[in-house]
Amino acid sequence: MQQVINVFLIGISIGSIYALMSLALVLVWRSTRVVNFAQAGQAIVTTYIAWEVVNRSGSFLMAFILAVAIGGLIGGLVESGMMRTLFKHASDGPVAAVAPVIATLGLLGVIRALVGLIWTNEGKRFESPVSTAGFVIGDTTLPFSRLNLLIIFTAAFVMIVFSIVFQRTNLGLALRAAAYNPEIARLSGVKVSMTRTIGWVFAGAAGAVAGILLSPNDSLTPYSLDVLFVFGFVAAVIGGLESLVGAVVGGLVLGVGLSFITFYLGTSLVFPTAFIVLVVVLLVRPSGLFGVKGARSA
Amino acid sequence: MTLKVERLVVEHGAIRAIDGISFEVAEGSLAAVIGSNGAGKTTLLRTLSGLKDAKLGKVSWMGRDITGMKPEDLVRRGLSHVSEGKSVIPELTVKENLALGGLWRNNKSELAQSIEEVVELFPRLGERMSQRADTLSGGERQMLAIGRAHVSKPSLLLLDEPSLGLAPLVVEQIFQTISMLCRDRGITVLLVEQNALGALAIADTGIIVNLGTVVAQGDAKELIDDPALRSAYLGY
Amino acid sequence: MLKQKRDKSSKREHNPYRRRLLFFILLGWGLLLLGDRVSELRVYQGALIAIYALAIGSLILLTGYSGQLSLGQGAFMAIGAYAAALTQIYLQPPLIVTFIAAVVVAALFGAIIGGGAARLSGPYLAGTTLALALGLPTLANLFSFLGGETGLYFDVGIAPERFGAEFTLYKWFFWIAALATLIMLFFIQNILKSRYGRAWKAGRSNPAAAQLVGLQVGRRKVLAFTISAGVAGLAGALLGMVSLVAPSTFTLSLSFAIITGAVLAGLTSLTGSILGGLVLVVIPEIAEMVSGNFGESEAVTANFPGLITSLLLILTVLFTPNGPAEQWHHHKEKKKQKALEKAH
Repeated sequence: MQQVINVFLIGISIGSIYALMSLALVLVWRSTRVVNFAQAGQAIVTTYIAWEVVNRSGSFLMAFILAVAIGGLIGGLVESGMMRTLFKHASDGPVAAVAPVIATLGLLGVIRALVGLIWTNEGKRFESPVSTAGFVIGDTTLPFSRLNLLIIFTAAFVMIVFSIVFQRTNLGLALRAAAYNPEIARLSGVKVSMTRTIGWVFAGAAGAVAGILLSPNDSLTPYSLDVLFVFGFVAAVIGGLESLVGAVVGGLVLGVGLSFITFYLGTSLVFPTAFIVLVVVLLVRPSGLFGVKGARSA
Repeated sequence: MTLKVERLVVEHGAIRAIDGISFEVAEGSLAAVIGSNGAGKTTLLRTLSGLKDAKLGKVSWMGRDITGMKPEDLVRRGLSHVSEGKSVIPELTVKENLALGGLWRNNKSELAQSIEEVVELFPRLGERMSQRADTLSGGERQMLAIGRAHVSKPSLLLLDEPSLGLAPLVVEQIFQTISMLCRDRGITVLLVEQNALGALAIADTGIIVNLGTVVAQGDAKELIDDPALRSAYLGY
Repeated sequence: MLKQKRDKSSKREHNPYRRRLLFFILLGWGLLLLGDRVSELRVYQGALIAIYALAIGSLILLTGYSGQLSLGQGAFMAIGAYAAALTQIYLQPPLIVTFIAAVVVAALFGAIIGGGAARLSGPYLAGTTLALALGLPTLANLFSFLGGETGLYFDVGIAPERFGAEFTLYKWFFWIAALATLIMLFFIQNILKSRYGRAWKAGRSNPAAAQLVGLQVGRRKVLAFTISAGVAGLAGALLGMVSLVAPSTFTLSLSFAIITGAVLAGLTSLTGSILGGLVLVVIPEIAEMVSGNFGESEAVTANFPGLITSLLLILTVLFTPNGPAEQWHHHKEKKKQKALEKAH
């Protein structure tokens, strides 16, 4: 029983990171109907910057704040610089339908290459700000550590901030209205081109948090967040891709599920399981657990 | 001080949806645009409110050229458009839908006051403030859509078929409210309708469009009584 | 009278078919002659170009003609490669059979996944196939007969003696790859020009209208996915032949490279696929030259090609939203129209 609780808590910890990536993908999807394949790439940049700051100043908090700010900035720049040009030229040609996917993939490639050029492809060790040794109760050492606790609290904090912004502020109302129906939002005076950029800014910030939470106590390379993107995507699809709450729940469910698989069946089954979950959700309940029906064909 | 449309041409790809329409609406009056399906009525409104670009021609409001301006900027100049088919956002609550119309003013007390005015206009919305808009009936949604536009404090209100798909009793109530908004609050109204008789009954002037052109315009009462127009365009 | 007319029109339909065949035969012959006159490295690169061209062709078949974008071509290539290697190891059949096995097994997987994919569109399909490309190679560690990280060795043997002693292993690789690619591209081209191909195109540009005139868009999408996977499987087997059948060969980067090649080739014209393959081989070459100027830094060699191709990818979709080929076509037609207007 104690072990089950342990595995569950580890799952919540990793799941809250997936949830943040999933949140980032959903924010972008809601604002511009694009799945940003470069989301993890943007997070790689901010994570490397955080690594650099931690190495030079030793302050994890400063690294965190800087990473989030730069993450938001990159998101905004990508939307206003690249995506806007893309939509301006968009037509209904064969490539136009897949152009956003290709453009964000291209961006991912550029980011990785630049990161590799600056920091090389060799793995960097990202020291954890807190102890990664498990808590000790009596004479048993749990796998659950201070780092896991920090991850859960940080992710929860970010999610609470998001939910306050979205549910309680004018900006949040404008963002939601623009996501559900851009035309009515514009007719009500909402500057939708601005809410789009803000959606990307928020997504960039959320992705930056995910990257910085995943990397401590692990090796950081230009490719080390690829898996985070895929799990974030699976979580977003479980949640329906439209719903912020769904994104978070999807991430937690996936994290806990995969944690049990890792512990009882082995690491090598994690990826196949995630893929099967993705395909099953898409085939059986394409609108996700929280999605609106008929929203999938965009 | 009028809404003035001059030789407006709008195209959907290769199709000319509006082919040189000109008319004027005097400030504080209620004008009805009548026509059958595909006559170009909706395209006309979407062009006036900036959702669609005009190919040629000019639109001016209060003596100012507003051709090609964006909808979000036009709202700030007092132009509100209630688009076709109960334009509310079903995922938001009634209150949020209303608040949306006043976001750009960024003034809490003014917003609260505007929402109160809407509740006075449509008491039924007051009881449903915290419900999601998708729980409302068709008539209530239309009221909410008009209410949202009202919160934007328009001086020119564009309405696209508010009677569509509603029960006769509700239609009458909606038309009365529209008429009241014009007479008592001094809002200039451009009402697009297929329900010719109902719309012309509350309107000052009528504009009859067919296949993207104006076939007749003038005093609403005279248009109702014109037997030639009746059989050809008004359908009764 | 009437009969004569029909004869004429059917002849006209057959002509381009023969011309295409002739074109492909001449192209292959030219390439083989060229193979005798260049160094071993160039011959090896020639084989790579052929393999990439085939993989790009499989993606163009899917995207350009049925509107689906798969990020998982690398996964189907891996399936084909493992199928070929396993067939060779356990059955040791004639060489051609191993390649047929690659096509059939990959196509089978394509049909299964395509069944689901037909119901997905745009980013969903892209995301799902991305997960496939990233996840499938990890399966190699799960089953010991797949050889884990070290992978399998797909041994096609050496060239038959009648080709002479001069005929090196790389030439043999090139010979197989170029021949397989030419035959396959010819085959794809003919599918695309057939009724099926036109129906796919209709389904791509306007699914609703295609449905109305009785084309079963869903089934055709699955078929396109299946054929595309089969072709990718062959490309994978060929790639396994010249390198190694291992997870490290079929990475996500491979899938991305294929997409890059396909986008640069124009996504709608199959003839561009050879050009796309050429680009994928030439750019790393250029990058190596450039990195030589920077003192052979490893970071530059490893990342410069990615930077160039990714930048090209972005610029291509930003400024030629319909693919460079179609854009060029459009441009030419506009010019023609202008000239006509002037003449009037």
